[in-house]
Amino acid sequence: METGGSKECRELVCIGCPLGCNVTVELEDGRIGQITGNTCPRGADYVTKELTDPRRIVTSLVRVIGGELAVAPVKTASDIPKGLIMDCVRALKETELEAPVHIGDVALSNVCGTGVDVVVTANVGEKTKEI
Amino acid sequence: MKKDLVIIGGGPAGLAAAIAAKEEGVEDLLILERDARLGGILNQCIHNGFGLHTFREELTGPEYAERYIEKVRELEIPCRLNTMVVDLAEGPGEEGEDRPVKLITVMNREDGLVTIRARAVVLAMGCRERSRGALNIPGYRPAGIYSAGTAQRYVNMEGRMPGSEVVILGSGDIGLIMARRMTLEGAKVKLVAELMPYSGGLKRNIVQCLDDFGIPLKLQTTVVDIKGKERVEAVTVAQVDENSRPIPGTEEEIPCDTLLLSCGLIPENELSDGLGVAMNPVTNGPLVDESLETDKGGVFACGNVLHVHDLVDYVSEEAAQAGRKAAAYLGGGLKRSGRRIPIRAVKGVRYTVPAFIDLDRMEEKQVVRFRVGNVYRDAALTVAFDGNVVSRRKKRVMAPGEMEQVVLKREDLERAGNLGEIILSIEEQQNLS
Repeated sequence: METGGSKECRELVCIGCPLGCNVTVELEDGRIGQITGNTCPRGADYVTKELTDPRRIVTSLVRVIGGELAVAPVKTASDIPKGLIMDCVRALKETELEAPVHIGDVALSNVCGTGVDVVVTANVGEKTKEI
Repeated sequence: MKKDLVIIGGGPAGLAAAIAAKEEGVEDLLILERDARLGGILNQCIHNGFGLHTFREELTGPEYAERYIEKVRELEIPCRLNTMVVDLAEGPGEEGEDRPVKLITVMNREDGLVTIRARAVVLAMGCRERSRGALNIPGYRPAGIYSAGTAQRYVNMEGRMPGSEVVILGSGDIGLIMARRMTLEGAKVKLVAELMPYSGGLKRNIVQCLDDFGIPLKLQTTVVDIKGKERVEAVTVAQVDENSRPIPGTEEEIPCDTLLLSCGLIPENELSDGLGVAMNPVTNGPLVDESLETDKGGVFACGNVLHVHDLVDYVSEEAAQAGRKAAAYLGGGLKRSGRRIPIRAVKGVRYTVPAFIDLDRMEEKQVVRFRVGNVYRDAALTVAFDGNVVSRRKKRVMAPGEMEQVVLKREDLERAGNLGEIILSIEEQQNLS
């Protein structure tokens, strides 16, 4: 219930794990107050971040030249600002790697100036001749 | 060819089962995989969120698979790739073996058609998607209709886009994940339509796959027509009533070139059926006991062929148990006793895995996994021994999309004396606080 013009409650679903807790945050003059409904500390961290500086881990693909697969999956090594997701994906469209690639290889460093590297998440070997 | 243990399927279930069996001392084992690489469906699940439970870190599907593939290599467990099992049967055991042998007919390019004689088998074939035919959507058969998982393979492994303007029917996790994938690859996802009044996917996926990109989700909505003869040109969606019947006058035509179907998964049990394994009509998977053994001795089942899981972590855990139990069977143990207690799923609990507990074979603790049939808020999950409620746990939310579990203790079952049945049910609150 609202008690004044400046106090409100926001309900968010935590994406920290598959449990998906419904977390309620009290906002007083835009400042984060009491946080309830989270089952673990990650829930409080998530909603605080989500309301001040929302971030996501981005997973996508890069092209692989001469690989057993045409593409290799990649992820940002840590979360990046939510507003940069599409820029990050566009930058990855311009990226090509040469086979073989391995889990952990840096596909693109410092993506969109975030200071975060994009790393390969699957091993893709060189293409062998069809028998 | 003769083997002690054959594992059918090289996905997360098969890998974990093989590793556990080998670690328990089974030396003569073999993994059969129909694809060109191990890892199964994880190879195309390039998003993150796997392994929080198992590894305490958030991995993508291929990374999670690689942890197990590395272990399989390290333990030198043999695998046959590009190999399809076409039949599974039983035959009389070898001399000195009173238990029947399993005859596995396999086919590949190198060996042709061969039969493997195995003393025990782990079924780990996984599941497949419900097809358009099974959904009865009218219209022509134009190009541009894919199951969400097929589209996921095209995009994430083959590097090809199935279309540019997309409608997704079904809000299961694969549908939600593909809504984001297609958007990131430049497609416009116009709508996710869900027949039920709730989503079948995880809540976190609604947030990070739909809400993040402003993709609308319409509940109690279905596709009633597909327009286009050569290629999908539009789909017509309509709202449905409480009996899932389309409501006339609510139709809306949405121009698009692609329709993705994410309408449920079905365990792939043709081989189990061929062998005559007793099945559970609710899960479409085998009926198993506490050791994940089917009614056919020496045939174990785990992973999505047994029941569809929401988290791969639980698949790995379950499969490791199947592997250990298969090892016990091969060691001459795991005899069946007369003390078999059925677990009955009633009032909101759709099924349980296991369906029986053999008290003499039960470990100290037994995890019982199940799904509920509806969305329940502030309801209690109760366990009863022959009508006496022995535990009641209140849960804020239970939903069909998320697997639940209870843990039974052997000492409790022993103490209950001559236990006739264990009953799992949902108890709804009469007066909401």
